[in-house]
Amino acid sequence: MDQLLKTTCLHDEHLALGAKMSPFAGFDMPIQYSGIIQEHNAVRQAVGMFDVSHMGEVFVDGPDAQAFVNHIFTNDVRDLAPGGILYGMMCYPDGGVVDDLLVYKEFEAGYLLVVNAANVEKDYKWMLEQSEGWQVEIFDDSDSWGQIALQGPGAEDELVKLMGLEELRELEFYTFYDLEDEEGGRVIVSRTGYTGEDGFEIYASPDNIRDIWAALLEDGVVPCGLGCRDTLRFEAGLPLYGDELSPEISPVMAGLSMFCKFDKPEFIGKEALEKQKAEGVARKIVGIEIFDNAIPRAGYPVELEDGTQVGVVTTGYHSISLDKSICFALVDSAHAALGTPLFVRIRKRVFPGQVIKKRFYKTNYKK
Amino acid sequence: MSKIIEGLLYSESHEWVKVEGDLAIIGVSDFAQAEMGDITYVDLPSEGDEVAAGEEFGALESVKASSELYSPVSGTIEAVNEELEAAPEKVNEDAFGAWIIKVRMSDPSELEALMDAAAYAKITE
Repeated sequence: MDQLLKTTCLHDEHLALGAKMSPFAGFDMPIQYSGIIQEHNAVRQAVGMFDVSHMGEVFVDGPDAQAFVNHIFTNDVRDLAPGGILYGMMCYPDGGVVDDLLVYKEFEAGYLLVVNAANVEKDYKWMLEQSEGWQVEIFDDSDSWGQIALQGPGAEDELVKLMGLEELRELEFYTFYDLEDEEGGRVIVSRTGYTGEDGFEIYASPDNIRDIWAALLEDGVVPCGLGCRDTLRFEAGLPLYGDELSPEISPVMAGLSMFCKFDKPEFIGKEALEKQKAEGVARKIVGIEIFDNAIPRAGYPVELEDGTQVGVVTTGYHSISLDKSICFALVDSAHAALGTPLFVRIRKRVFPGQVIKKRFYKTNYKK
Repeated sequence: MSKIIEGLLYSESHEWVKVEGDLAIIGVSDFAQAEMGDITYVDLPSEGDEVAAGEEFGALESVKASSELYSPVSGTIEAVNEELEAAPEKVNEDAFGAWIIKVRMSDPSELEALMDAAAYAKITE
């Protein structure tokens, strides 16, 4: 194994389960245990668990915390109640994306920002640079936290059983509770996820996360790797930073303007994004269905019937839940309307398809 | 451990070859299917296509990735296992039973470049 790779607090557990491991975002992570299809279906039909301890936890506190978070974040935290969570992006002044993230409004004071593993250092540096002149303390606490995502229609029952707390059933979508472990350590439970199913994300100390993992495993929860995390989020129409959002792909291009609050007085990137929204963008992320079982993969060209390239696939699969070949692609806006016939070049052949809605799979969030 | 069958020939790109006269029956090894995981699609060539040794003739797709298939021999594709179009998982279930193409060889001496079971076992250790 590459010595530079980091490991999560559940690394030994993955090896013991015989997981297929692979580097991801600088960590040696499980891609699959029993198989991607089996794990994917477990989350859609029952309950699965993911080690997402590689995600970053950055705390922002201080007198200017609210104003500062609102300055760097595209969504609006002003009306966010303690225990509430918002999804949004941090953008560059030109509208390109630094990262997409969740912002948790703490019960006491301040905010918890949950960021992508690959971007923790970049994000932390970006926040520090932007914080000049603001009265805030920014603290990257990623190494102190483990995280498990418990996802699927059976997640609620499983969580209640694990924690022995019926109240957890009342937790609303995009809210969280603060709990304590036996040693008085902090445990955060939020009704969030990245699968399109009901589910929870549990943040706790590495020791506690190991105990929780063992208890869930003992109870028959299916361990799920990053392989099906990607197939699940993709079907649910959720972007992955680096594929559908990046310094070159803005939230407006990705069709995520609803997470940019233009009625805020200001935020980094506001002007550029507002202009994109008003004037239109050159390229957009769309969904494409291929009328064949061939699989469109990231990087494959998207063409018109005459062979002119008008875009490129960003993520694609033969959808496990829908049994059809679909992809996200970044295409010229002139060819982005629903129903537009488009063609994907897969190896030597060209396959016809058409633009469809990006929410490929009907999500089952508990709202 | 992945299975290796005696009496077959193997390529470095993990295809197996069963020789019947000047007919080469070609599939992928158990090692290859295990590495790929759940196979969801087999991109097959057409009967009558000409292939050259080392040339790509199709691909296997798993959920996560695609993996090109290379013909270990030159010749004419005489048969294609169309059963795999509807049931690609057969490659996972029985890699040595799920042949992919049959090639009428134009130069059987190309077989000499392939490995026997013992040599193949070494590279998949």
